[in-house]
Amino acid sequence: MRIREPFKLVAIGAIGFWLAAFALLPNLLVVIASVLERGSDEFVAFAFTLDSYRRLLDPLYLGVLLDSLWLAAATTTLCLLLGYPFAYLLTRMPARWRPMLLLLVIIPFWTSSLVRTYAMVIILQTNGWLNQILLDLGLIAEPLELLYTEPAVIAGMLYALLPFMILPLYAALEKLDRRLIEAARDLGAGRVTIFRRIILPLTLPGIVAGCMLTFLPGLGMFYVADLLGGARTLLVGNLIRDQFLSARDWPFGAAASVMLTVLMGLLLWAYYLSSRRASRGALP
Amino acid sequence: MNPRDAARIAYLILIYGFLYLPILVLIVYSFNDSKYSLEWQGMTWTWYQNLFDDPDLLQVALNSALVATLSATVATMIGTMAAVALYRYAFFGKSLLQGLIFVLMMTPDIVMGIALLILFASLRLPLGFWTLLLAHITFNIPFVVVTVFSRISGFDRHLIEAAKDLGATEFQTVRCVILPLLVPAVGAGWLLSFTLSMDDVMVSFFVTGPTFEILPLKIYSMVRLGVTPEINALCTIMLGATLMLILIAQLLLREKS
Repeated sequence: MRIREPFKLVAIGAIGFWLAAFALLPNLLVVIASVLERGSDEFVAFAFTLDSYRRLLDPLYLGVLLDSLWLAAATTTLCLLLGYPFAYLLTRMPARWRPMLLLLVIIPFWTSSLVRTYAMVIILQTNGWLNQILLDLGLIAEPLELLYTEPAVIAGMLYALLPFMILPLYAALEKLDRRLIEAARDLGAGRVTIFRRIILPLTLPGIVAGCMLTFLPGLGMFYVADLLGGARTLLVGNLIRDQFLSARDWPFGAAASVMLTVLMGLLLWAYYLSSRRASRGALP
Repeated sequence: MNPRDAARIAYLILIYGFLYLPILVLIVYSFNDSKYSLEWQGMTWTWYQNLFDDPDLLQVALNSALVATLSATVATMIGTMAAVALYRYAFFGKSLLQGLIFVLMMTPDIVMGIALLILFASLRLPLGFWTLLLAHITFNIPFVVVTVFSRISGFDRHLIEAAKDLGATEFQTVRCVILPLLVPAVGAGWLLSFTLSMDDVMVSFFVTGPTFEILPLKIYSMVRLGVTPEINALCTIMLGATLMLILIAQLLLREKS
């Protein structure tokens, strides 16, 4: 590195140092902590063991794990099913409306998920807004127990995460080259074929990115499970938090966290593959 | 309007309704002059008044604003320099650096939270203001890099070449050509970082101690006890502040030179 460019040195040095110290090193420590034994006075004892990983397969925790995967998968699927047509329709709106319509998605994207989850509590609680409406309309005679159920948690996560699905989908759909669709239509392809053979493969990176941004938080957002799901341990996020807060079993919490990181790695890999394929299929 | 267009617009309205209705209900109730009832009992500022009469809450809000201001500022400096370096130079480990920034942005909050907790515990750092600040800078950096970088990528490379031809040093090129063009994106990056920091629950939950309380965690502990009109008012203030910051950030990003 030439001394003539002190800016280059400072800029790369600063970001390099920060990422090494506060991103790489901490994650390395998590992996190390996950293979140590639980300590009595310190949080970990320096003895190697794979016990924490073995305990992840214990029926008690495996149940939580599978429940959490199911909730996150259900949320992600709903986000995709609702978000894809929505993002597609956005790209088909007149150009002068689009910035405004997009802004209306960006605002909830940046708004505190906790505040929005709390808003969901107001809607769903027994003497809440939704029950009031249903009672007033005469559709139900007694208020429904909506809060502290699994559907409530899914509704809360759907509400918190939908913008995180819509924005990457919108970005992918907006880049889509309309000429490809016209060409396919001219060559006699039907609507289903056009969607399956052209639109879907080219927007796959957006789909994978959206799924990553909803599925991973869907496993971790412990406050959604707390506020809408009640006291039961529902998510991997609650499990991890409890290991660090109440159970004081750091190695086990670290092992659960490593599992989430591995899952993220797999999704990132899927993203890489899909975007490579999509860019190969695009017009020059 | 033909039926298909009508169906499309109806679907858009339905989703927007889903996104905004709960927030609107929350805002309306924060002005409702009734502690328990859902019926509209008239407009009141009582709940807001109660918030401002609570000195603890004000201190907590100031704590949050302090961490958000400092973390946004440091993250903006590091992130902007990184974005400029990634745009200008080829260097050893560049794609690794880009990859790390992307991964950091995608990392689930809970994973980052406990990773930093373990780091701070290993370093024997007491949890509080400093650990919180370091954590917030860390999760803010990637958002600044991405915001600034996407703006530089749209630059006219000729401007930089012209500066070089006219004899500008590298430092002068960065300071007098690149940075001024970047001001809007840097401002937007700062505002987005500030918002992220003000709203963060998950990472902060692990890395702050009882000595330094911040607003989102205060709200979290209040909310767990149930719905009150005071929380409605506090959440409405948070929503209003976020809305304002995001609108300014979007305006800055939209203005094209």
